[in-house]
Amino acid sequence: MTATPGALSPGELDTSKPLTAVPQRSLAIEVSALSKRYGEVQAVHSVSFSVERGEVFAFLGPNGAGKSTTIKMLCTLARPSAGRARVAGFDVVRQPKAVRRHIGLVFQDQTLDDQLTAEENLRFHAVLYRVPHDQVARRIDRVLRLVALEDRRRDLVGTFSGGMARRLEIARGMLHTPSVLFLDEPTVGLDPQTRALMWEDVLRMRREEGVTIFLTTHYMDEAEYADRIAIIDHGQIVALDTPDQLKHQVAADAVELVTADDVVAEQRLAAAGFQVRRDPERLVIFTANGEAQVARIVESAGVAVRNVHVHRPTLDDVFLHYTGRQIREGPAERSVAMPLRARMTRRR
Amino acid sequence: MTALDLPYPPAVLADERQDLLSELRTVGMVWERELIRFARTRTRILSGFTQPILFLFVLGYGMTTLVGTTGGFDFKKFVFPGIVAMTVVSTAIFSAISIVWDREFGFLREMLVAPVSRAALVVGKTLGGASVATVQGTIMLVLAPLIGVHLTALLVVEVIATELLMAVALTTFGVFVASRIQKMEGFQVVMQLLLFPMLFLSGALFPLKGLPTWLAVITRINPLTYAVDPLRHVVFAVQHMPPAAAARFSTGVSLFGYTLPIGVELGIVCTFAVVFLSLAIAGFGRPE
Repeated sequence: MTATPGALSPGELDTSKPLTAVPQRSLAIEVSALSKRYGEVQAVHSVSFSVERGEVFAFLGPNGAGKSTTIKMLCTLARPSAGRARVAGFDVVRQPKAVRRHIGLVFQDQTLDDQLTAEENLRFHAVLYRVPHDQVARRIDRVLRLVALEDRRRDLVGTFSGGMARRLEIARGMLHTPSVLFLDEPTVGLDPQTRALMWEDVLRMRREEGVTIFLTTHYMDEAEYADRIAIIDHGQIVALDTPDQLKHQVAADAVELVTADDVVAEQRLAAAGFQVRRDPERLVIFTANGEAQVARIVESAGVAVRNVHVHRPTLDDVFLHYTGRQIREGPAERSVAMPLRARMTRRR
Repeated sequence: MTALDLPYPPAVLADERQDLLSELRTVGMVWERELIRFARTRTRILSGFTQPILFLFVLGYGMTTLVGTTGGFDFKKFVFPGIVAMTVVSTAIFSAISIVWDREFGFLREMLVAPVSRAALVVGKTLGGASVATVQGTIMLVLAPLIGVHLTALLVVEVIATELLMAVALTTFGVFVASRIQKMEGFQVVMQLLLFPMLFLSGALFPLKGLPTWLAVITRINPLTYAVDPLRHVVFAVQHMPPAAAARFSTGVSLFGYTLPIGVELGIVCTFAVVFLSLAIAGFGRPE
């Protein structure tokens, strides 16, 4: 982990607390056979996974898949019906207070006080989360800088835009130097620009404070930021891997070619053993490792190539593969529906 | 996963223990937030005065002409402590609306997921609302010279102390109601329904002596009665009151022909506060 000069190292804050007793495991979250039943409904069905320290881990799934229920159990806001979970080394059932003190939480809905300033909101949080008195001011400065809101610190939160408020909430979630930061659908209702900004904030926190990030989302492009993704459907994990591996397992890359003579190129490529499809105005070649194959493809085509795109399979394809359907869009009250493929295709 | 079944080291469990100092800090912070919010809503401060002032002048002057003056003491002076109590009581009860408000705007969640006890949150809220109500009631004292009510420094201190106890009791009651009601409108309706009968039947606006039995019974059941009387007692103690006036505008609550000492009255208010505080803590933000 690299810290910028002058930055607090994670855990520096906690020297006065009996943290020395925390089991020093490399796992931030350990979940085994965790289940939650609400009456007849099995919201989460025997889910097991673990998250490494410093990892960005995403729960990807449609609404109602069990994402929020899982996050609630991990944050001690809901009691598991069966199974066990440890967060930051503490058992969620037996040590709920310790868990809460070592996690940061950012909910879907705003939980700031509009009538307080940014700084007052943070100070309130610092006291409730037992940030040592002499470190509160320094820590507030630090998290406000992390989300670039230091010049709005004395402004009432009521004057903030939705994006600023969300970033302030993330800053607040980081105030007490948590081991794990939980983000429940963190960018719902934000415009694409603010989302990108928010992600910069989150990744900077991971880099500079070494925090583990656990997020739930039903946006494909958001899951791309994660080191690993668990696809959850009907309360069960149906796939768990890195975004690249997931895509790899599902489908080949598609190389799109625009040439001077598509008919000739198609024949030659087919003769060279490529799987080719001719669309109007372009050729599509399906192959593993599309980017590495570009040179060979161009060479094999043997005619002037005007344009090349390499399309990697998207998480949409992955999701479709594992669940047999497209991910459902969010409910109607979520104002900004992100174009799902906006960040998906990498063009070159 | 066998690692999960290992026994916990005792030091980890120690982390679960309540740390009194940090609980007190939480109480202080929640209290401070209530005061900051109060200071920022000037309209709320002003609107808190309109009703009592209306009652004091309209009812006070109107009744004074009707009732007349006994030995230089009139109805305005009699009703003044009652109006101060009314200010405290309505501010205290409605301060709890901030809980309903917090629930609607999400801030309640920020508090409930924090690693603090519900008791600290409820006590902080209660003290915050009670402080605001006490300040509001004390500001009413500036009208005393206008009414001809004599003030001394000791009197002001005694009034503030009484107001504070009254305010704590009524705020716990408000918090208790707020912890059980989810909707803003619901809270307002319930409180309006309770507040005015409680005020009118507390002796705030008329003497409790010589009432018809049914009315006397209701006023004795009303806990507010035991908060209003000490306040009036404290104020009257330093007024110049001829015996005729003291007899006409009497203080003291009699129960079965026995006049309760102030200590007992305050004890009843304390009991009321403790009971509703415990109920409020028990009902505050139960986990799923």
